[in-house]
Amino acid sequence: MQKVYSKIDAIQGNVITVTASGVRYGDLATVNSAHGTSLAEVIRLNGTNVSMQVFTGGRGISTGDEVRFLGHSMKISFSDNLLGRIFDGSGRPRDNGPTLEENLIEIGGPSVNPARRVIPRNMIRTGIPMIDVFNTLVESQKLPIFSVSGEPYNDLLSRIAMQAEVDMIILAGIGLKYDDYLTFREQLEEGGAMARTIFFVHTASDPIVESLLVPDVSLAVAEKFALKGKRVLVLLTDMTNFADSMKEIAITMEQVPSNRGYPGDLYSQLAARYEKAVDFEGAGSITILGATTMPGDDVTHPVPDNTGYITEGQYYLRNGRIEPFGSLSRLKQLVNDKTREDHRAIMDGMIRLYAAYKESLEKKSMGFRMGEWDNKLLKYGEAFERTMMDLSVNIPLEEALDKGWEILAECFDANETGLKSDLLRKFWPKQEGQRQESA
Amino acid sequence: MTETRGKVVGVNGNMVSVEVDGNISLNEVGYVVIGDKKLKAEVIRIRGNRAELQVFEMTRGIGVDDPVEFTGELLAVELGPGLLSMIYDGLQNPLPELAEQCGFFLERGIYLPALNRTTKWTFTPKVKAGDTVTAADTLGTVPEGIFDHRIMVPFDMTETYTVKSIVSQGDYTVEDQVAELEDSKGNVSQLTMKFEWPVKRAISNYEERLKTGEQMVTKLRIVDTFIPVSLGGTYCIPGPFGAGKTVMQQITSRNAEVDIVIIAACGERAGEVVETLREFPELTDPRTGRTLMERTVIICNTSSMPVAAREASVYTAVTLAEYYRQMGLHVLVLADSTSRWAQAMREMSGRLEEIPGEEAFPAYLESVIAGFYERSGLVRLKDGTKGSVTIGGSVSPAGGNFEEPVTQATLKVVGAFHGLSRERSDARKYPAIDPLDSWSKYPGSVDKDATEYARNILFRGNEVDQMMKVVGEEGTSLDDYVIYQKGEFMDAVYLQQNAFDPVDAAVSVERQQHIFRVMMQILASNFNFEGKDEARMFFNELRQKFIDYNGSEWDGDDFKKLEKAILDQVESKKSGVDRLAVDILETTKA
Repeated sequence: MQKVYSKIDAIQGNVITVTASGVRYGDLATVNSAHGTSLAEVIRLNGTNVSMQVFTGGRGISTGDEVRFLGHSMKISFSDNLLGRIFDGSGRPRDNGPTLEENLIEIGGPSVNPARRVIPRNMIRTGIPMIDVFNTLVESQKLPIFSVSGEPYNDLLSRIAMQAEVDMIILAGIGLKYDDYLTFREQLEEGGAMARTIFFVHTASDPIVESLLVPDVSLAVAEKFALKGKRVLVLLTDMTNFADSMKEIAITMEQVPSNRGYPGDLYSQLAARYEKAVDFEGAGSITILGATTMPGDDVTHPVPDNTGYITEGQYYLRNGRIEPFGSLSRLKQLVNDKTREDHRAIMDGMIRLYAAYKESLEKKSMGFRMGEWDNKLLKYGEAFERTMMDLSVNIPLEEALDKGWEILAECFDANETGLKSDLLRKFWPKQEGQRQESA
Repeated sequence: MTETRGKVVGVNGNMVSVEVDGNISLNEVGYVVIGDKKLKAEVIRIRGNRAELQVFEMTRGIGVDDPVEFTGELLAVELGPGLLSMIYDGLQNPLPELAEQCGFFLERGIYLPALNRTTKWTFTPKVKAGDTVTAADTLGTVPEGIFDHRIMVPFDMTETYTVKSIVSQGDYTVEDQVAELEDSKGNVSQLTMKFEWPVKRAISNYEERLKTGEQMVTKLRIVDTFIPVSLGGTYCIPGPFGAGKTVMQQITSRNAEVDIVIIAACGERAGEVVETLREFPELTDPRTGRTLMERTVIICNTSSMPVAAREASVYTAVTLAEYYRQMGLHVLVLADSTSRWAQAMREMSGRLEEIPGEEAFPAYLESVIAGFYERSGLVRLKDGTKGSVTIGGSVSPAGGNFEEPVTQATLKVVGAFHGLSRERSDARKYPAIDPLDSWSKYPGSVDKDATEYARNILFRGNEVDQMMKVVGEEGTSLDDYVIYQKGEFMDAVYLQQNAFDPVDAAVSVERQQHIFRVMMQILASNFNFEGKDEARMFFNELRQKFIDYNGSEWDGDDFKKLEKAILDQVESKKSGVDRLAVDILETTKA
């Protein structure tokens, strides 16, 4: 079916309406305007009125422009040739490589049968102590990074992209600043990770409808690679832009807004993307890390709020650091008993002491008297922030744990740490131990 | 299928508009035919010859003029032996069987029978030819796990019937005929062991509804003692994300002292269902010695599954619960989360372009929520036995703000409120139920006066804590400081409970009453401390002992030894008893 229609009845924002028959919900069409050809997707059928969202936007489209229905829904080419390439939201190359058109796959496919899911079991090492030690990332996990605009969440993501022990990375940029996109590309090229990466990038100046496609396209490709046995890490940045694009279209379509103008199905829409994270038994897996900027640092804003209900924990990025409180990897308990016997103890113990440090710090700022214990805590807190919370390091988990013991030994006596005696005997740094016995 | 035919005239998200040529009814099930697939849908509005249907599947690919067929029947579930230990989606499709057929993904348009057609059940007749029966009377029983599953006269057969024939004891499948009933006009109905019932109609074939009163034990101290739930009652668990709603539901589904648990995972993460799915078959139910799975049904419509089916899933769950209640069993329905269900309603209401209420929820939100919770209840059946449906729904309020419409509508109709707080979960105080805000209208395992006394100490301790943040420890009187310590102590040893400790994870009522008495003696005592340091040390030590005490085997040697150590320590510093507590100590002694 390749019917051509040459009369557009309505143009409203990015949505156009034509009178047509034989069109199916979700079908694609091309719109030829004076400014070039664009794809459009059917988003509402009402009798013979067919409403479509135009990927490149409604601006410049004339009522006399040609609309041609393609008779299928949005598809994307899938093959190993995608690796190392950069595309936009509709799958057109952004680099100078060839357009890929073979082996087209559907996007936004059905969800995984819960009965076929398995309990997550593999840790993903990132080399960042705040993640590996304290909030371990687990294969098939979905985790957002909550932060405010201006925080280096994209730097953190590209660092994870370079260091994470996975087979491949898919970077989905949604409303990315052009500079940020270039930085990503540069960092991954320099880091030598480009060959295992696919970019789907929508920049802030691109038409917003395309941004809606980016997560779906990225996750559809990720799913195919995962089914072929690859462990895929998908980085989504920034999902707040995705939600804002949805809001824009919903308002254009005169949908009743629910909360701060967002459509009522925001939760379902976000969940449909995040729930693509999965561990296929006998094949690969998809892990999702997304950046979610919180407007006004407000975690109760609809986007971070709905995200929090969907994801399995969250990282808070504040002042360039992953905040130890509030940040939580809900799946870490499933893997951190298999790493090293002191992992859980160090994780809990160091955070407990860091919390005590924060209390002492507060007391200090209020002018209360500092005891000996307070001074020890202050020393500890400073060392902890300097060594463990630095996001630019790249050390294996075991080394990070050893460092943890070192810091503890520098600041405290063994019995002050509240750690179990058998662990102390085994891991407490030796020289310090002797000093203590003699003391 | 009925004669009525329709064709699609519009598609908007998961709603299709259909032009029909005959009679249809509201909530009737229809199928949209695309190619060789039929997609299940439900009529949600009729205007003239135009009807709106919500489709339980993805609507991509539906076009104008696609044919629609109607069944003439409301959305219904299949009832019969073999429901227990099943995992269904919101429309009662068995998910493991679906996986066998379709692999990793949920293919749309595939509907499998809910009950296994080949399993043979050993049927024992309970009536004989010539007996008269009415709806919900027992015709016979089959053993299902540890229960005698009653094969009943279908609930929609409203007349009085004479049993014309009944099969003798033997093995039958759910499709084999087991009885023939004849009504007064001589019409004969052939019955098998299964029948259908529409999910949105409550089953009401009982003698009378009784006032609730008997406790539903959850084995969580804070719940059973302070904010208890009765069999046949309702409660809700609102809480911000990450506060542990789902973990609470999981723990309750494990430990609750009921016969059957039906879990409706409604619009939440798939990962959480998977934990239940994989763990329950491995865990033993201490009451029966069988696996927990044998008393559980999971209705699983996770967040990425079609929204319309999510709306149906809570009804499917409560209908199955009512069915087992008719067998004289106590059933607990855990719905996680009712907010997602309300959101599904909101999405549909938006597509129907109804005038929105608060936060765009439909104006009928409250009555629908009330209608759902009112399907709970303790009833006396016609044969005199009692059965109950208890409903516990978690609520996920936007932004953790309990003022939002779903939480408020729920609070109006439930009997207990277990509010979770982010503050407590951040401090890793689990279960993170706020002991001061939460309430219950049901009687608990401990005398009300005693719990009020304890709650008062908690309240005052909290006040002192707030004050201390401003004036510092130095500016607080010793008496206040001791109250603060008592509050903290009670929080640590009674309200908090370690779900990972094999003993502490589930505490029997008997033990709760016992250790509450021990704790009461501490709370009610006056102590003579030199100063705050001594008081702090005293309570730290006491707390450590009590936590070990909580972790020791009930009534074992360690238990007794630790109890003595605790009481000895109290005696060593005790200077008297609070005047107000004398009576309470007397009554709790028993």
